[in-house]
Amino acid sequence: MRDVAVVGFAQRQMEEFDGSPTCVELLVPLFAECYEQTGWTRRDIGFWCSGSSDYLAGRSFSFVQAVDAIGVIPPVNESHVEMDAAWALYEAWLKIQTGEVDTALVYGFGKSSAGTLRRTLSLQLDPYTMTPLWPDTVSLAGLQARAGIDAGLWDERAMAEVANRSLTDAEKNEYAIRKGGSSVEELLARPMYADPLRKHDCAPVTDGAAAMVLAAGDRAREVCDRPAWITGFSHYVDPISMGTRDLTRAPSAARAAAAAGTEGVEVAELHAPFSHQELVLRRELGLADDVVVNPSGGALAGNPMFTSGLIRLGEAAKKVWQGDASRVLGHATSGPALQQNIVCTMEGRN
Amino acid sequence: MAKQPAAIVGIGQTHHRAKREDVSMAGLCREAIDRALADANVSLDDIDAIVVGKAPDLFEGVMMPELFLAESLGAAGKPLLRVHTAGSVGGSTAIVAASLVQAGVHKRVLTVAYEKQSESNAMWALSVPVPFNMPVHAGAGGYFAPHVRSYIRRSGAPTHVGAIVAAKDRQNALRNPYAHLRNPDTTVESVLASQVLWDPIRYDETCPSSDGACAMVIVDEDTAAASPNPAWIHGTVMRSEATTAAERDQVNPQAGRDAAAYLWKQAGITNPLEEIDAAEIYVPFSWFEPMWLENLGFTAEGEGWRLTESGGTAMDGTLPVNCSGGVLSSNPIGASGMLRFGEAALQVRGAAGEHQVDGARRALGHAYGGGSQFFAMWVVGADKPSN
Amino acid sequence: MSRTLSAPVTVAFDYTRSTGPVLGRFLTGLREKRVVGVRTSEGRVVVPPPEFDPVTHQQVDDFVEVADTGTVTSWTWVPEPVKGQPLDRPFAFALVTLDGADVPMVHALDVTSPDQVRTGMRVRIRWAEERVGAITDIACFEPTEDAAPGTAIKLGDLGDNPVTGVITPVELDYLYAASPEESSFYRAIAEGRIIGQRCPTCGKVYVPPRSACPADGTPTTDEVELSHTGTVTTFCIVNVPFLGQRITPPYVSAYVLLDGADIAFLHLILDIPAEEVRMGMRVQAVWKPREEWGTTIENISHFSPTGEPDADYDTYKQHL
Repeated sequence: MRDVAVVGFAQRQMEEFDGSPTCVELLVPLFAECYEQTGWTRRDIGFWCSGSSDYLAGRSFSFVQAVDAIGVIPPVNESHVEMDAAWALYEAWLKIQTGEVDTALVYGFGKSSAGTLRRTLSLQLDPYTMTPLWPDTVSLAGLQARAGIDAGLWDERAMAEVANRSLTDAEKNEYAIRKGGSSVEELLARPMYADPLRKHDCAPVTDGAAAMVLAAGDRAREVCDRPAWITGFSHYVDPISMGTRDLTRAPSAARAAAAAGTEGVEVAELHAPFSHQELVLRRELGLADDVVVNPSGGALAGNPMFTSGLIRLGEAAKKVWQGDASRVLGHATSGPALQQNIVCTMEGRN
Repeated sequence: MAKQPAAIVGIGQTHHRAKREDVSMAGLCREAIDRALADANVSLDDIDAIVVGKAPDLFEGVMMPELFLAESLGAAGKPLLRVHTAGSVGGSTAIVAASLVQAGVHKRVLTVAYEKQSESNAMWALSVPVPFNMPVHAGAGGYFAPHVRSYIRRSGAPTHVGAIVAAKDRQNALRNPYAHLRNPDTTVESVLASQVLWDPIRYDETCPSSDGACAMVIVDEDTAAASPNPAWIHGTVMRSEATTAAERDQVNPQAGRDAAAYLWKQAGITNPLEEIDAAEIYVPFSWFEPMWLENLGFTAEGEGWRLTESGGTAMDGTLPVNCSGGVLSSNPIGASGMLRFGEAALQVRGAAGEHQVDGARRALGHAYGGGSQFFAMWVVGADKPSN
Repeated sequence: MSRTLSAPVTVAFDYTRSTGPVLGRFLTGLREKRVVGVRTSEGRVVVPPPEFDPVTHQQVDDFVEVADTGTVTSWTWVPEPVKGQPLDRPFAFALVTLDGADVPMVHALDVTSPDQVRTGMRVRIRWAEERVGAITDIACFEPTEDAAPGTAIKLGDLGDNPVTGVITPVELDYLYAASPEESSFYRAIAEGRIIGQRCPTCGKVYVPPRSACPADGTPTTDEVELSHTGTVTTFCIVNVPFLGQRITPPYVSAYVLLDGADIAFLHLILDIPAEEVRMGMRVQAVWKPREEWGTTIENISHFSPTGEPDADYDTYKQHL
């Protein structure tokens, strides 16, 4: 395997982006930030890969115009996944591993506010036996949360602790759209929303975009004092069925963590759009109690669809760049109730 | 670092039809997958990872359908990727699947691409009006027809060249048991007599709307040793440009030219017309055959139509193009690119049945999408690449 | 004034799904008020049936029938139902393991407050009055107290009119926004002006302006007022009718390169028989009456021949 590192990262998150669903105008400044961080121009990028969703945008081929933000004369080596951009990063990492290219810029974008997000996501379900009932994302997460409460694996207090820590940490995150912790008691005193979930247990609807730069070997060292070297990158998927799955578990996350190797991880950025999902993930990833989880505030502070996973990886990489940690983990999820999971571990080297 | 060798050892496709009302989406995919697995002599349990490709989700009204399909496709507990690069997606998906092997990450990868167009209506899905814009868009035909007109003007091609392509591909389809359109009476004259839908494109010069899927098993060198006839990957490429840009060449796009040049170089090919024995080129509207012949460098610019007109692209020509009947005979959009890639592999494996080109050793698979802006191609060969 | 223009868009289609044999049996059963499940290779009875066995990957075939009563294994409150859900007032979504099944299924539970739900409660299917062979044939679950536990039995005959397809309406409402650059273009159009913007990097004039020049990735900036006259570079005649079409065919959809612009845009050509439209034909914008104007390119009704001699091919060939 080639040594590949994250050497650039930029993001934007907002409650409501007033621009077009192609998000071109959001991407242009993000790419500029990546160029500034690396000293590169678009011509130094060997491969481009993006993640986005037609249904989020409400039209076919919503990603097509996004390539304008790159500037594509001369044409570029480029691909797209209909997944969170964390998986686009995986495709780019693969491309570098084949030896075809040495550098890649990966981006994700999505305007969740264009439609009714929790309803739109019902279209991810089994189209014959589920979607016609329009089970919304929050309801499906509620079923999962209750399953864990009933099984005695967590309780409302544990969920509130996650939310409180996230919202407190988010105060230091300039991109967070929901922030401000108080106390577990205060959060528990707030009204139920989708029993057993309170609003702060659910990620806010968020628009946004993110971009990340990968580079191999010396190309990484040339542009970054302390690159975040990828030491493990793995992803798996579980069946979608809410009935046959044990909702308190996420075997695909456990498998991805085992394959990526989580030993020695000091900081983990977990993509948990609902508070109880962080509890599921901590267990499945086998994270020790002293691992710092979601210092950015995590998805509960901002969850731009198709980008939030990549942002988790970016937030983790930043900890390496800044010298705050030597070994970090970024995680992304997709599908209802943690169906699909990807884990990327990174390390700084001296 | 060089890519690890990779080969296609299993290929499967569905019987493509306007409406496959006998199967669900999972059933459609499994029809292709099970054939590919049987061809490769492996089971789903032997597969390390699955890569799914499909064109816009609006076609079937399911957002990221690979999620609900995961268990039926045998992907549960495995890595699953979903590629979407517009019409080129079938090709791009195969390339991503190949890269999993070429990167040394996996040994046996299954890839499947599908479209069940009968669940909705592609014209509708591609023409949802954009506010503030002029609602003149009329599906893919409406998009490409002006560029076909430009090609005819630029090249001075006689107007019957498109009909030659359509008649040839429809006749080729009769040799392909999986093809959707099976009309033995199609001739140049009957094509010319068909209704003009998007002037200058006639009805018989357009692709059908199909339900269908294609799957392939792509493996590493060690696994390929067990196959009697692996198709080795000699080169892959993806290139993209903008849909619209000032002075963009929409007839002979630079992304396609660049992609071809890079591909031939990888495969060690200096004269593609001589060195490629069969080509499966993405031709959804007949005129795109001569256009892509030029774009791919098989002929000089403006000369593609001469090769077509001379019969050079027929089954017995210098460069047999779309012996399977091509997109003009079967078009499950998301799978159409993978069908091109798979049919190219079938040729070099000597497994194309009645549409086999005798002695084919190297073949091209080609796909494009968006507004002629996304290109995906591969060259496969009967021999393991030497480089 | 907001930075960008926006307008609602509805994306709606009644999808026609073919079910295949397994789901077809399940949906046929629902139509007959019977719940069909399948026994998997692991011996578990699963409802709704998976199409392929999770272990052997073979298509399932050991069909069973389970009861229409069951037990809630998890639930969540739905305080603000969204369009299309089984009930239009607050309700619960529940996981219900039907008697005879080994795993739960998701459906709505009709109760008026979260106080009325608990894990372990007994419920019964409330069947829809009219059943068509769809998951919505189960209107919802409702609480029941008198249901004796049932078991799975081998599936009997479902009659000779199996369900093979199901129609699923999907309707999504979006608010579409134009980019800031496009918004300025449409606002100018609302004043009867056509404006482009020049890319500061390559100098090309884009109409409409772009958030990123596709050649350079830089936003177009300097505004350029464009002529209302231009040249048809290429075109097609649309003869085909289709769902959602807003102009009655036949019509000429043409790329019009306005004088002073470096990119053509699509519009309609009228006032000339379609078969007489030519590449290189000179055309001018014909505006709708001012009182009909909005922030849309449809303010220009169409383009009409100017009567000038056709443009020389060399003047527009690089735009093809």
